[in-house]
Amino acid sequence: MEEEYYEYWFANVEGIRADRKRSIRKCIGSAKAIYNIEETILSAPLRENLSDREVSKIKESRKKKDWKKEYAHLAEKGIRFIPWHSPDYPARFDSLPGMPYALYLKGHLPKEERISAAIVGARRCSAYGERMTLEFAEALAEAGIQIISGMARGIDGFAHRGALNVGGMTCAVLGCGTDICYPREHKGLYQDLERKGGIVSEFPPGTPPLPSNFPARNRIISALADIVLVMEAREKSGSLITADLALEQGRDVYALPGPVTEELSRGTNNLIRQGAGILLNPQEMLDELGIQSKKEEEKEGTDTDRKKGKNKIMLESIENLVYSKLGLYPRNQEELLQEAHLAPQELAGILVSLELKGYISEVSKNYYIRRV
Amino acid sequence: MGFYTVLSASVQGLNVAFVQVEADVSNGLPVFHMVGYLSSEVKEAAERVRTAMRNTGFMLPAKKIVVNLSPACVRKRGNVFDLPIAAAVLAALGEIPCGKLKDTLFVGELGLDGKIQPVEGILAIVSEAKEQGIMRCVVPKVNEREGKLVEGIEILGAASLKDLCEWAKGRAMPGADKVEEHRDRMHVRIKSDIDYSEIQGQEGVKRATLIAVAGNHNLLYIGPPGSGKTMMAKRIPTILPELERDESLKITKIYSAAGKVRSEDPLITRRPFREVHHTVTRAALVGGGRIPVPGEVTLANGGVLFLDELAEFPRGVLESLRQPLEDKCIHLVRNHGAYCFPADFMLVAAMNPCPCGYYPDLIRCCCTLPQIQRYLGKISQPFLDRLDVCVEAPKVKYEALTARQSDSDSSTMRSQVEHARKIQERRFRGLGIASNSQMGREAVKEWCVLDTGGERLLRQAYEVMNLTARSFYKTLKVARTIADLAGEEKIREEHIKEAVSYRMIDKKYWGR
Repeated sequence: MEEEYYEYWFANVEGIRADRKRSIRKCIGSAKAIYNIEETILSAPLRENLSDREVSKIKESRKKKDWKKEYAHLAEKGIRFIPWHSPDYPARFDSLPGMPYALYLKGHLPKEERISAAIVGARRCSAYGERMTLEFAEALAEAGIQIISGMARGIDGFAHRGALNVGGMTCAVLGCGTDICYPREHKGLYQDLERKGGIVSEFPPGTPPLPSNFPARNRIISALADIVLVMEAREKSGSLITADLALEQGRDVYALPGPVTEELSRGTNNLIRQGAGILLNPQEMLDELGIQSKKEEEKEGTDTDRKKGKNKIMLESIENLVYSKLGLYPRNQEELLQEAHLAPQELAGILVSLELKGYISEVSKNYYIRRV
Repeated sequence: MGFYTVLSASVQGLNVAFVQVEADVSNGLPVFHMVGYLSSEVKEAAERVRTAMRNTGFMLPAKKIVVNLSPACVRKRGNVFDLPIAAAVLAALGEIPCGKLKDTLFVGELGLDGKIQPVEGILAIVSEAKEQGIMRCVVPKVNEREGKLVEGIEILGAASLKDLCEWAKGRAMPGADKVEEHRDRMHVRIKSDIDYSEIQGQEGVKRATLIAVAGNHNLLYIGPPGSGKTMMAKRIPTILPELERDESLKITKIYSAAGKVRSEDPLITRRPFREVHHTVTRAALVGGGRIPVPGEVTLANGGVLFLDELAEFPRGVLESLRQPLEDKCIHLVRNHGAYCFPADFMLVAAMNPCPCGYYPDLIRCCCTLPQIQRYLGKISQPFLDRLDVCVEAPKVKYEALTARQSDSDSSTMRSQVEHARKIQERRFRGLGIASNSQMGREAVKEWCVLDTGGERLLRQAYEVMNLTARSFYKTLKVARTIADLAGEEKIREEHIKEAVSYRMIDKKYWGR
């Protein structure tokens, strides 16, 4: 217990990089010995391992905060502290450079023996991104794959939500302390993750969500996963940074294709051109990973039946005309009016009845998308 | 001789307060003394009256003259008391015979030269005087035409104190023969220089506007900047139904009390369209002041109140509209009494969906989700609940902009509106409501009869779209108007469908 306290202190010493901290710790053997650095230096010939700067950093940091109190907070908030040499520390991190000295955890970490997939993408995503994310997250989670993401708005949130929907394991990596729910509107998601999944961060509790924390967080998302799925990304997007990091870490990257005209799919389409895997449907993805979904066969049958019925049999021709003009990106009533050559009242009626039948939905006032 | 009293009246808010002006002349120290809880503008009347009398040729004798304005417990304000004071004093002095002054109400301000200056609120005073059974009113010449809008009471326009004396002595009021008869301009449609045919495309928005006007439903436009929301709203007056004469008088009375009528053409023949800027204060909107003056909601009575950039209005100002929207009148309470002004208007509002205006166009919209939510949070749900028809005004496409002709213009739209309003008038005769939007729950049950298809669809919509009880009734009322426009007795399935498409935005999904 006492040793863990010193580990906690050492993990939070500022001005020494994580990799260097590990070698110092390895060399000295215990965090307590590092805390009492003066005695340690006197008693053993370690001098050459430590620069003067590092020694002074260590000395300084002991008085910086009330470490005892901070450490006590961990237990109060139900946060676990996992230093690098702990058996719980993810084995996936072992061969990678630049991994944190310690992790803070609420809930559980993804299991080592099971495959985990990171799903990332734009915060301001389209309805298409939302739908596909939910679909992939649900299918993958159902097949037992663990979903890793960043709990941000947009794609990240839907990825977690999809996994939770089917009772799968999912883990969020935060750019702030694990005791802080950011963004605030994900309060419900945060609580679900706390109970049913995991929330992990390399930042100590109380760290605010500073913009500079997020690129660092991205490397942990990809490191925790075996494959990375990019659902939607603009040309310059944080999700592309995650993809780059994933490649450096030797993870496979997959991207969801989208219309070439869509800004939100430009980043993912580019990834595909550069050689990323292409996400066409969850089943193919599972096949590629060599996983057989149990419900696959029965599901397939009903799925196609349903789709066929929707488009071919049940819609009147005029409804079909309007339906065919709608896609996964919102279109407004006036555009449809121009193209369909209908009276406004007629079109309004058709849209309402399509909505009531569950084929389309209104995403904003008078903006409609297809629902599949 | 010695004492005389004449009748006068002033406007307080929109109410008319009658005042007895008494003058007494007696021996004593020469003084001109005025009592009766007077505000300073009324106190100053003493100097004006004395000078005007002297300049008209009357010499004030060296006597004690006391003027009392009764009832003494009511604060007297305004400039209308100069003329009755002069009349009462002259009669008390015996300078003019008092036979004709009996049963006559006087209002008017005096200039030092004896000319009678125009005053505000003539129409309100005159019509109230008629109610009270007063036979005659002497008003400033300039206000004569306004006074004559009321039938069944004699209106005399006096240009100067001299004219008044002439008339009192038994001669005709000078210039009385010159006033041409009031032309009944009621049904002369003033040609407007704006028209709905100028708006290209946007047929859906026009249709929603038509429905809202036809049923007097409150309307909300949502759309990006430059999509023509304001243009659409500003053309609403071109399709509003004609005013009936008594409605027109009612509106003119309000404007008269607020001092907003033109003396040469006093009668207001068009429905008011009040556009309010978002910097408006609460007092200016609902009426304010120690003695409340009518605010914009009252001035919009019988017409349209247009709030552009709805989300920019301070929240408190918008919330103050909730009660008038519900009760069709505004209650203003001051420590000396309560006032109730009419406020039966159609609310038209326009707003952007987000601070930058482009949501849900994710490429152009640069707002974050919290920003959008904060923006929408400025408008409370209870306020949104009071709007019946909601429509999105999208950005106009180039093809639509350059297209030659437009399908609907103001005159066809207006005739549709009038047709629907006539049906409503017949339906609600004697029920105290004028339009579909005013139906209560009972009236909805009685008049909004659905056919089987409509019934099924409404049930489905209620369950699938999570309508609230309030929006359920609103949908029915709007559907009633759509059916009226189509000339149908029963509300059919397609009417319900269209009405459902105009339901209010749901904040939960908006800014998803």
